[in-house]
Amino acid sequence: MVDIPDKNLLAPGHRGCAGCGASIAVKLALNALGENTVAVSATGCLEVMTTPYPETAWEIPFIHVAFENSGAVASGVESALRIQGKDDVNVVAFGGDGGTVDIGLQSLSGAMERGHNMTYICYDNEAYMNTGIQRSGATPFGASTTTSPSGVASFGEDKPKKNMPMIMAAHGIPYVATASIAYPEDYVNKVKKAAETKGPAYIHLQQPCTTGWGFPSERTIEMGRLAVETGSWILYEIVDGKFEITYRPEERKPVKEYLAPQKRFRHLDDELVEKIQKYVDAECKELGL
Amino acid sequence: MVNIGCVIKTPGNTKNNKTGSWRTFKPILDKESCIDCDNCILFCPDSCINKQHDIDYDYCKGCGICAYECPSDSIEMIQEESD
Repeated sequence: MVDIPDKNLLAPGHRGCAGCGASIAVKLALNALGENTVAVSATGCLEVMTTPYPETAWEIPFIHVAFENSGAVASGVESALRIQGKDDVNVVAFGGDGGTVDIGLQSLSGAMERGHNMTYICYDNEAYMNTGIQRSGATPFGASTTTSPSGVASFGEDKPKKNMPMIMAAHGIPYVATASIAYPEDYVNKVKKAAETKGPAYIHLQQPCTTGWGFPSERTIEMGRLAVETGSWILYEIVDGKFEITYRPEERKPVKEYLAPQKRFRHLDDELVEKIQKYVDAECKELGL
Repeated sequence: MVNIGCVIKTPGNTKNNKTGSWRTFKPILDKESCIDCDNCILFCPDSCINKQHDIDYDYCKGCGICAYECPSDSIEMIQEESD
């Protein structure tokens, strides 16, 4: 069971869509981290919806920075706190997939390589949702977005998703994990572990998006669950270089069950679904799921 | 009042913005059949269900996640009526 705190550190009244997964992601992370936390966020849905000036949904200190430098700013916050002797403050940076996998990659890589004592959480909704569903490096194969539209000339995104958690693992940092908002116990445990890790920690969180993926608002959690149950998203952690799967579906469902309810995949024919299934099978085999 | 550096000195003041007006369907919880699993609390994107499972209709946007994720079917979504 996940502990329910007396006070939520992400206040209501924010402008997230009804059924928004990002706000669930942040709410659960802040529950785990507690009040003694400083948050940094790159530009993205999260920043836009939680801080419509002059309002903020954050109950803890929060800094919004540009798309490309949340890693650098979180490094600075961590260093400043350390020099003041405030070693007990959690520093957490949130970035969307655009702010992490594409635009913020260089500053994040630097922060990880320098070994700052911080947690970076990428809330991955697999496209630039805030600006109108443009493809990112994290958009999966076959998905239709406004810059990889499906139609007569194209079936949508023609490249596989960039393997960001493994890029982070290649930095040799002490803690890397993948997570899903549909498995809150697993996710909250990972956030706690990341915060307790001395040195940099990275969590790549899959976060279904009702607006960008095209499913009814009440099914946000179910989409996350289907991603994991079909093996399309695998929950694991890498602690000091040791890889371990943290959740195994009892029986892996066909990937079609995950793709079919989503508008972004609705155009896919059987041949392409089969191609995605083979890709997922190969990935599961490689990671030992 | 505009602050230098766009600093906001009032934590959590999005509470001024009552997002309950967005709602088309309203969740109604039957506490009798509720099994206290806390799914609705954990998964509410708008943090508007408290520990006692009271729903804050000032902010509930009516997304329906609570009803969908309720294992005991204790939450029903009812269409809002116009005033």
